Amino acid sequence: MKIKINGVDKTLDVDPEMPLLWALRDVLGLTGTKYGCGEALCGACTVHLDGHAVRACVTPVRRAEGRAVTTIEGLSADGSHPLQQAWLELRVPQCGFCQAGQIMTAAALLAVKPKPSDAEIDQSMAGNICRCGTYTRIRSAIKKVAGVPDDGGNQ
Amino acid sequence: MPMRWVLFVLAVAGCGGKQQPPTVDRGALRAVGPSELRTVADFDVVGDRGARSRALFGEMARVLTHPRCINCHPNGDSPHQRMAMELHDPPVVRGPADNGVPGMECTTCHQDRNQELTRVPGAPKWHLAPLEMAWVGRSIGQICNQIKDPNRNGGKTLEQIVEHNGHDELVAWGWNPGADREPAPGTQSQFGALSAAWVETGAECPEESR
Repeated sequence: MKIKINGVDKTLDVDPEMPLLWALRDVLGLTGTKYGCGEALCGACTVHLDGHAVRACVTPVRRAEGRAVTTIEGLSADGSHPLQQAWLELRVPQCGFCQAGQIMTAAALLAVKPKPSDAEIDQSMAGNICRCGTYTRIRSAIKKVAGVPDDGGNQ
Repeated sequence: MPMRWVLFVLAVAGCGGKQQPPTVDRGALRAVGPSELRTVADFDVVGDRGARSRALFGEMARVLTHPRCINCHPNGDSPHQRMAMELHDPPVVRGPADNGVPGMECTTCHQDRNQELTRVPGAPKWHLAPLEMAWVGRSIGQICNQIKDPNRNGGKTLEQIVEHNGHDELVAWGWNPGADREPAPGTQSQFGALSAAWVETGAECPEESR
């Protein structure tokens, strides 16, 4: 199967039903995308498929055939994506395990809604769980990139 | 086999000249289990064509109001799940095109088929029914009128409704829900046949209090 991964054409010789997450982590060595729950319920494995957020743990590789997959490693070449910069500046992560998924979901949101409302942020991010409870920082970072006022999560 | 084909055709006349449409005591129809659907032939015992049409829709409604079907016809912004019609977990919203919002689309998680190991249900075109096609909280009569109304059924003719009920891939999921989910009663083929018979008999809707 031919899949463009982070802008590079790759050929994967794997079971078409293999979860995309397995192919990314175990076959291609792209371990930035995390395995959380394995059931599409936590968001840690979120990547982009043709720009749309998908949960790699439940997405069979065959769904990505002939399409473009972007992982956290490919969001920018050097960590310069505005969300990555805001994440650093606001020190969003605590343990960090969920953060690749958080950023990928936020990137999918901002690509469509550059200036989302609080409600739109909440709706889009609702499926990304953070056990450290960094939600207010995540929201602040998204709003920083969007250039909308932030009250520190006290709204 | 008990031959209790007693039909209570309640032609209640004389109330100010207003005539109530004939109705059918469903108890007079062939008894079936909760997972079965009556066949079209089971309704041959209903002599009145209009009453037969309404009775056929009543049988179709056993599918329409089954959680496998009605859970994705919510009257709010979130789908339901499980037999108790709990709100979808994780929390999701329909979005402007009934397929979620950026980053949290239906197909962010749902695939084109059921996922055996993770139990995530899936089928082609997985999405919510638009708000004008909401069935939750509606009576069977209201659902019936809604399904007939091109303004609230996606612009479909009755023939297209029959085709949709009998062959649509997403509708088909109701009988192939995967994991340990209870399927809708009967088969899609039976549902399609009931739909066709309902249309052939005039596509009449059960009268119900609103």
